[in-house]
Amino acid sequence: MKLPALGAENGAEMNRRKFMKNAAAVATVALAPGITLTAFGGAADAQASPDSRWGLLIDVSKCSSDCDACVTACSKENGWKDKGNPLTDAQWIRKVDLVDNETGREISAPVMCQHCDDAPCVDVCPTTASFKRADGIVLVDKHACIGCRYCMMACPYKARSFIHEEVADEDRKSWAPRGRGTVESCTLCVHRVDKGETPACAVACGETGNGAILFGDLMDPESEIAKRLAEYPSVALRDDLGLNPGVRYQNL
Amino acid sequence: MLRLFVSVLAIVGLVAGAVHAASDDVPSYGVKIPKAVGDPHPEGNEFMRINHMNLLKHDRTDTLRLGDRTIEFSLKGCVACHAVNGVKGEPLGYEDPQYFCRVCHDYVAIKIDCFTCHKSTPDEDILNRLLKAQNAQLSPADEARQDAELAAYIKGVTENTGDQVVQRQDETNEVAQ
Repeated sequence: MKLPALGAENGAEMNRRKFMKNAAAVATVALAPGITLTAFGGAADAQASPDSRWGLLIDVSKCSSDCDACVTACSKENGWKDKGNPLTDAQWIRKVDLVDNETGREISAPVMCQHCDDAPCVDVCPTTASFKRADGIVLVDKHACIGCRYCMMACPYKARSFIHEEVADEDRKSWAPRGRGTVESCTLCVHRVDKGETPACAVACGETGNGAILFGDLMDPESEIAKRLAEYPSVALRDDLGLNPGVRYQNL
Repeated sequence: MLRLFVSVLAIVGLVAGAVHAASDDVPSYGVKIPKAVGDPHPEGNEFMRINHMNLLKHDRTDTLRLGDRTIEFSLKGCVACHAVNGVKGEPLGYEDPQYFCRVCHDYVAIKIDCFTCHKSTPDEDILNRLLKAQNAQLSPADEARQDAELAAYIKGVTENTGDQVVQRQDETNEVAQ
């Protein structure tokens, strides 16, 4: 297990970062004194800080199969809808029920974008529309998305959806733009996270009394999520792929 | 002769400039640009008419990719002040030809894609915003600004209502013919 890794040494990716850093240093030297490159975000008041990595810890033992409060809350918050066409409807989060055939143990858990450190959707995107913010949230820049759906094929969690139908103006949220012909997925409620709030699914889960979804900063050793991860065993879905997702499961 | 010609040119230029400056909101473009509420842009309307798309494009990247939520030129910000109100005082959506962006963009035959994804109406209508602000403790300057906003809003509603009634009558006539 290699959790809060986002900034840690990590093969080719890290070498590229180092290279970019050095290249930036060279560029700074080459510039005339007094001239700064604001194009690199100097003036921007960035909320996405590389000092944090947002994640979720889902305690499967607290999640009940007859509850879908997280799904409903996400749908309401972000404006996607179940229109009765499972093949084409957008789905940012879904409940998955599992039965162990040997023991008969039944479990239920929500699955959404796992916000991988080494996200395959980001790797394959031909237009760099699929990207990872400095704080580990994986998003789609719909201004650049051409709807090719490579990311949907690359994602091992089937977390992404293509918007097949026109989105009605009254269904749109000003904080979560959605439009036909682009791909979308869970944004970890980035608009709420940037305000210091908790994603809608985690809030809704807490309100039902189950409290199965814990949201927090994986890189802050004082946060509850980091403490629980350090203390109790947890797994990543498809850990064998080595994607180091930001969403972890307990008691799975 | 040349001197006379130059001075005539200069006078014509001055007059044209004065006319141009005076007619800021009913401009030379041949369209009637709807009034907005809120503080005017310090850069001036002329600057915004030429550069709004560049400002939006730059700042959308900062918001989305860097998470900068203190953006000055957000599309949401445009919509909040520039919403055009319909007959019942409700904000019109992009599908309406009187929508703020469409008034000019239709005229120059440019289709903008912003509102295929973004919400085209403000989250909170201006009356609610003003009512909320009324309860807050305000400086006299802020109060005066709010009075101006409210006056502009009421003027906007009445003007737009008038336009729409006329337009609908035209449509009825066309159908009758």
